[in-house]
Amino acid sequence: MKASSRRQSWLIALPVIVLLLWTVVYPNAAVIAGSFENGLGHWREFAASPADREALWTSLVISVASVFASLAIGVPLAFLLGRFEFPGRRLLRAVATLPAALPPLVGVIAFLFLYGESGLVTRVVQRVLGMAEAPWRLKGVGAIVFVHAYTMYVYVFLFVSAGLERFDATLDEAASGLGANTWQRLRRVTLPLLMPAVAGSALLVFMNALGSFSAPYVFGGGLRVLSTQILASKTNGAMGLAYVETTVLALSAVAGLVLFRWLDRKRRYTLASKGGRSRRTIGSRRIQILTTVASAVIVVALVLPHLMVILVSFARDGAWTTQVLPPEYTFENYRRLFSESELWKPITNSVSMALIATAANLVVCFIAGYLIVLRKFGGRGLLELLVALPWAIPATAIALGLAATFNRNDLLTGRVLLVGTFWILPLAYFIRDIPLVASAVESSLRQMDASLEDAARGLGASWMMTMRRVILPAARPGLVAGGLLAAVTAVGEFVASVVLYTHSNRPISMEILAQLRALAFGTAAAYSVLLIFLVLLMTLAARSFEERLA
Amino acid sequence: MTAAPRARNEGPDEKGGSGALALNGVTRRFGVFTAVDNVSFEVGPGELLALVGASGSGKTTTLRMAAGYETPDAGTVTLGGKDITSVPPERRGFGMVFQHYALFPHMPVENNVAFGLEARGVSKTERLEKARAALANVGLEGAGSRPIQSLSGGEQQRVALARALVIEPRALLLDEPLSNLDPTLRHAMRDDLRALLRRVGVPALFVTHDQEDAFAVADRIALLKKGKLLQVGTPEELYNAPISREVAAFIGRGRIVPAIDKGNTATVTIGGVARDLNVTRPKGAPSHVETAFVVLRPDALELSRSPGVLAWRGRITNRRFAGGLIVYRVQLADGVSVDVESQSGEAREDDNVSVSPLKGPFPLVPA
Repeated sequence: MKASSRRQSWLIALPVIVLLLWTVVYPNAAVIAGSFENGLGHWREFAASPADREALWTSLVISVASVFASLAIGVPLAFLLGRFEFPGRRLLRAVATLPAALPPLVGVIAFLFLYGESGLVTRVVQRVLGMAEAPWRLKGVGAIVFVHAYTMYVYVFLFVSAGLERFDATLDEAASGLGANTWQRLRRVTLPLLMPAVAGSALLVFMNALGSFSAPYVFGGGLRVLSTQILASKTNGAMGLAYVETTVLALSAVAGLVLFRWLDRKRRYTLASKGGRSRRTIGSRRIQILTTVASAVIVVALVLPHLMVILVSFARDGAWTTQVLPPEYTFENYRRLFSESELWKPITNSVSMALIATAANLVVCFIAGYLIVLRKFGGRGLLELLVALPWAIPATAIALGLAATFNRNDLLTGRVLLVGTFWILPLAYFIRDIPLVASAVESSLRQMDASLEDAARGLGASWMMTMRRVILPAARPGLVAGGLLAAVTAVGEFVASVVLYTHSNRPISMEILAQLRALAFGTAAAYSVLLIFLVLLMTLAARSFEERLA
Repeated sequence: MTAAPRARNEGPDEKGGSGALALNGVTRRFGVFTAVDNVSFEVGPGELLALVGASGSGKTTTLRMAAGYETPDAGTVTLGGKDITSVPPERRGFGMVFQHYALFPHMPVENNVAFGLEARGVSKTERLEKARAALANVGLEGAGSRPIQSLSGGEQQRVALARALVIEPRALLLDEPLSNLDPTLRHAMRDDLRALLRRVGVPALFVTHDQEDAFAVADRIALLKKGKLLQVGTPEELYNAPISREVAAFIGRGRIVPAIDKGNTATVTIGGVARDLNVTRPKGAPSHVETAFVVLRPDALELSRSPGVLAWRGRITNRRFAGGLIVYRVQLADGVSVDVESQSGEAREDDNVSVSPLKGPFPLVPA
């Protein structure tokens, strides 16, 4: 590579690297530094606090339990849908990924409406069994893991399904030709080869569960986990302790990351795709009926939260008390959302902040992806690390870092006052979504033949023209998909928002929580439906945009 | 039916005692498409039969029925006279080598080879010992602990072979065993493969689309086209006495021209010059056919630069050096072009020459 070209790479890379160092690395470094502001004082405080020790332990227990619960649902479901043909398979396949379409807080309140003490399912069971009290309480570790399993098994299901689809069917045939029976083949061939998919999805669940905030916040009861503990310390003004808790949370995440990488270290192969195995029709009539009934039950369980939120969104606030179903229905909730400016504000807030964050993601991640995939220069490794970093840091930790850094104007230390302004939330969303958009752009660019850029330059195209006519079109599928994911995540974001929001830029998620606290279930549900509708709208917009260009 | 899995290969006489593998009128349909149509043949112990055909001819489906991965819609598969049509692959005790080898990517070489023994409950020390011996047998001693990904194509092929042999199979099935190797390795492997399969002494069936591979390795060849069996025979039989024009066309090497059948001879007329050629007929063919063809092989023709009255006249369009001889392509009249082998390389492209048939005999085939 010529020196001038290397200089050019650095010239493009430098602003991006500086921006990422400033917004991603600096705040987290500030948190770690803050935890040592009086030597080991805050750390001793943390170690001596039974509440914090309990929080760390509970966080880890919940994360590990969520991993196992998600595996227990996701792996069998992927096998059932990938390997067998039965009546109702298509419907089950269609709704299997539905939980992923629920913004985190909406999933939680849907569960509250269904399985909470006054929830639909709870009440039905209570009536049927003729019990005086609710048969269970949706509280504590079990409740949190229950919600996590529902929303996070989708990762496992998708990863393992993809693994099964790429699975080379002749390996299975070879094993059976060598005399291995069904069980031996599963244990020695199929499962070991699916391990990368299982481990990858398990890591995703672990990271998500560790950083999860909404479920512990709503269902925790008296339960302490690290993410909620951080917010509590911050609210109490114990910033030093919050820094320690944040550092511990981030370290736990990194430790999880390292552990999973280590468990998966021996993999040196990739699954070749030579046509998956065809699905087998279930032979036994009895098992076929059983499978169909079971899949019908699963379908209902998966769709119920969505239906319940829609139903409750038409319930008159305050009217639903001890009845199984809300007794009065009205359009009032929606009418108020659109007519009262105080209620309309969170919607415009969420949409505009999501769009700003996504726009920034697209620009920064396109440049970063281009440099990472197509340019060979010294800063490539650093850039790769920087764009992946926010993925390893739980959202609460990112938010606290921002709160600790952008809390005053001090040009000497590179601080700008953003806390308390509109801009702090778009910045948080931007940081959270960097890894998502960057990896989508990178994978698009990797599919491009690297010699295309050389070919364009060789034909006399300027650098700008090459970017515009060759690189940008190649990155487009990744930009659209990544941008959509970023916008969808940002518009329903809750975890970072709860740490950083102010009244004037409160997003939809915070308003849902406020309405829930005021027991205005109908309004909270109406917001939730609107959020789902916004997600749907953005998905359709992205799809039609992509179709028009492709 | 076979006995329990672990007792699988213990027949009355242990080694190569499985008897002949036979397919009896097997048919396999996929929807309305008939992939294999009423195919029958038998492979004796120690015999090597090549299933040859173009892609889509049904040869792989036939092999998969022999292995038990496909169940025939009609017909039976027998081994030593016993019907094994509905015995699943894991209880057949056959050794199969897949086209892309299907080696388990998550196991080192020796665990791959030992897998079949593991499935039979053989103890770890014993199976690894046997696996290493099997690897040595295919010239890969000491490669046991290497990861599959570090092997070359030829090495992978031999690991796949060792894996199929170590279970002391009752029959060996090979799907395009040579097609993924580069030409040099391929020629060496042909000889190795043949020697190895002879030693094992069980029926061996292998699929190939390459008639050269089939000629070099097989004792007999079964030629398939569009699911139908065209001819089964030794390579010599297929070459010298093809049963139909289709078979002759597949074997290649020669031009197929129309002829008038006259019993022991046939008349071929090109550009008004008629020549009577000595012919051979396939076994069991009628002594006279209405529309007959004759195969003009390059080694049965003679090139001359002097114009002969009774020779076919033509012009050289291509001259190719083929080791000891030169092969000329000569454009004759009536749009017929033939290849002619010649010891002398004096003639050049665009030269006008005459071509005459040698003594023959020339294969005569019906339409």
